[in-house]
Amino acid sequence: MMGEDILFVQGNEVVVEAALYAGLGFFAGYPITPSTEIAELLAARLPQRGRKFIQMEDEIASLCAIIGASLTGLKVMTATSGPGFSLMQEALGYAIMAEIPCVVVSVQRGGPSTGLPTAPSQADVMQARWGPHGDHSIIALTASNHQDLFAVTVDAFNLAETYRTPVVLLLDEVVGHMREKLLLPQPGDLPLVERLRTSVKEGTDYHPYLPREDGRLPMSDFGGVHRYNVTGLVHDMWGFPSTHPKVAHDLLRHLVDKLENRVHLITRYKEFMTDDAETLLVSYGSSARSALHVVESRRARGEKLGLLELQSLWPFPQELVRDRCSRARYVVVVEMNMGQILAEVERCVERPDRVFLANRIDGTFITPDHIRDILRIIRGRGV
Amino acid sequence: MVPGTCKGVSMAQEPPVTIQREWCKGCGICVAFCPQKVLALDSQEKAVVMDPDGCNACGLCEVRCPDLAIEVRRKKDA
Amino acid sequence: MAVRDYIRQRFFPHLWCPGCGHGIVLNNLIRALEKLGIPKNDIVMVSGIGCSSRISTYVDFHSLHTLHGRALAFATGVKMARPDLHVLVPMGDGDALAIGGNHFIHAARRNIDITALVMNNHVYGMTGGQYSPLLEFGEKAATAPFGNVDQAFDVVELARAAGATFVARATTYHAASMQQIFEQAITHKGFSVVEVLTQCPTYYGKYSKIGGAVEMMERLRDGTTPVGSQAKKENPALVERGVFVREERPEYCSEYAKLIERASR
Repeated sequence: MMGEDILFVQGNEVVVEAALYAGLGFFAGYPITPSTEIAELLAARLPQRGRKFIQMEDEIASLCAIIGASLTGLKVMTATSGPGFSLMQEALGYAIMAEIPCVVVSVQRGGPSTGLPTAPSQADVMQARWGPHGDHSIIALTASNHQDLFAVTVDAFNLAETYRTPVVLLLDEVVGHMREKLLLPQPGDLPLVERLRTSVKEGTDYHPYLPREDGRLPMSDFGGVHRYNVTGLVHDMWGFPSTHPKVAHDLLRHLVDKLENRVHLITRYKEFMTDDAETLLVSYGSSARSALHVVESRRARGEKLGLLELQSLWPFPQELVRDRCSRARYVVVVEMNMGQILAEVERCVERPDRVFLANRIDGTFITPDHIRDILRIIRGRGV
Repeated sequence: MVPGTCKGVSMAQEPPVTIQREWCKGCGICVAFCPQKVLALDSQEKAVVMDPDGCNACGLCEVRCPDLAIEVRRKKDA
Repeated sequence: MAVRDYIRQRFFPHLWCPGCGHGIVLNNLIRALEKLGIPKNDIVMVSGIGCSSRISTYVDFHSLHTLHGRALAFATGVKMARPDLHVLVPMGDGDALAIGGNHFIHAARRNIDITALVMNNHVYGMTGGQYSPLLEFGEKAATAPFGNVDQAFDVVELARAAGATFVARATTYHAASMQQIFEQAITHKGFSVVEVLTQCPTYYGKYSKIGGAVEMMERLRDGTTPVGSQAKKENPALVERGVFVREERPEYCSEYAKLIERASR
């Protein structure tokens, strides 16, 4: 039905709608361009629904607060951009180590440091992977348009609950601030994954870090019937600190393997005319919009271009990328950074010498013309 | 739990103070601040009740013990 | 319920050094909770990092051992989500007031119903006795070999100025009084701060040359006096102990609950 179900909103507002759809119960955040609208909208929407919002004193406190709230059983989220995301890395590592579901939105802007607060970039991709210290894995998702953004945001909450992990929703300033049509999904349209709670009865030993056979780890709400320990120290299955080498080995392997061994279940992507593409563009986020435009306009002229649009950046979908790239003569990664996903593509294809970069790093949105200029240069090298 | 008895001293009744030797780290705080001076560290540096009859179950050792090793049975009011 | 029911006995003897004051804090905190009769399932203990913060391993509550300086931020999320729970936040002095200083003042400013215990031994014990913002001018420490040129915070004044509505100071020597102060702090509806002067015999005792645990506690006995006492007037160098602030002001979660009512009309 028209009217209420169609919105014309910013990407940031899409994130808000989707988070509420997924059951967001608590948000803590700090203002930072270009993500601030998320906090402003939730400051109103959450209490209207009897849920809670708080603006904390900084980004560190924001992520810490949502982790605390998550342990009481709520679905939680925070939102920031590069400088705030940098501050959050220690707490992000904590959520990874303690296996606490949460969604961390970072709307990328020009960096490094204060950079270009109101301009887009995609330069935090590697940071999303390796920001926290130590061996670990992470899920990072992105989207290029509002309809997908809604689904991907809901997915972020689902994956956080499924794998008991933080999920980074890595957007960019263009997606965050541009206005586009959104067809609001109805309740039931998109599947939701709820918090998996333990069935262990009160008085029986509950192990917060003992996986079930299917790999999932049932949780127990703080304030409930099981009193256990949560720590960022290497810990045993009861959550108590341990320095035993076997405990440390098994825990770290678990943290990494639980995601890296399930790339095929976590991978999200879209593809356009990749079957017979001689030139394959690989892109993500707002860059993919321009890349798609180039593919469609060139196809209209009979050139065989295709686009692989990644919606999950981490764990990196190596098999998918290798497979699609193998069919093409050459691959062009389109992104607004100095080649962060390019490096991952080069690593997993058979012919890295046939992978090229079409990029922009000056705070200007990468346009179809810009991509076409670069394609010409690549073509000119006689590839 | 091993009641803190001094070897060779026979008791008419159990002292009100019991000390868990596995937890006691021999810091000496209870010994130093007992108002009746009934406690001491033994040869293994564990707190023991040297003078059980002198103990009036004030409980100061119990609340000052960093190791939570001391329990004092207070005289119950009628 | 016996006092021992409130601890995770299987982890004793605990990891603290012989004579460490933190054990005395644990001892009397447990007694306070037993006296108040608060069910264990209703208590969340959120600690930071350091010797002080290891206390959370030893209590049989919901325990959350977080990051250095960030305990109050985590605790704020827990309390906002579940205002009905008792949230206790023991922290070290450097933990709470150096790296955690910002979160300390904002938790106080919000007057959120959390009980913060600043276990003040004037040093970073776990890492070997470096100076903290609570080490006095001139004192020596592992990173102050020629003497500290920093000034120390007054935790009571800081907490008061930031907006805490219950502020008290206790010492490990005055154990019974510490228990009573804990009871009041936990019962108080608003942000409660109890600074506990506690001894680190291993490092502060060594660097300060005061001596061992017993000598350090004698110092606490002789160097402190009740708030507003005649002794303080006669000897301003004495440190006051007791309750300094006890006020009723709007509590954060209650105000937010009212906000929800307004917003959802």
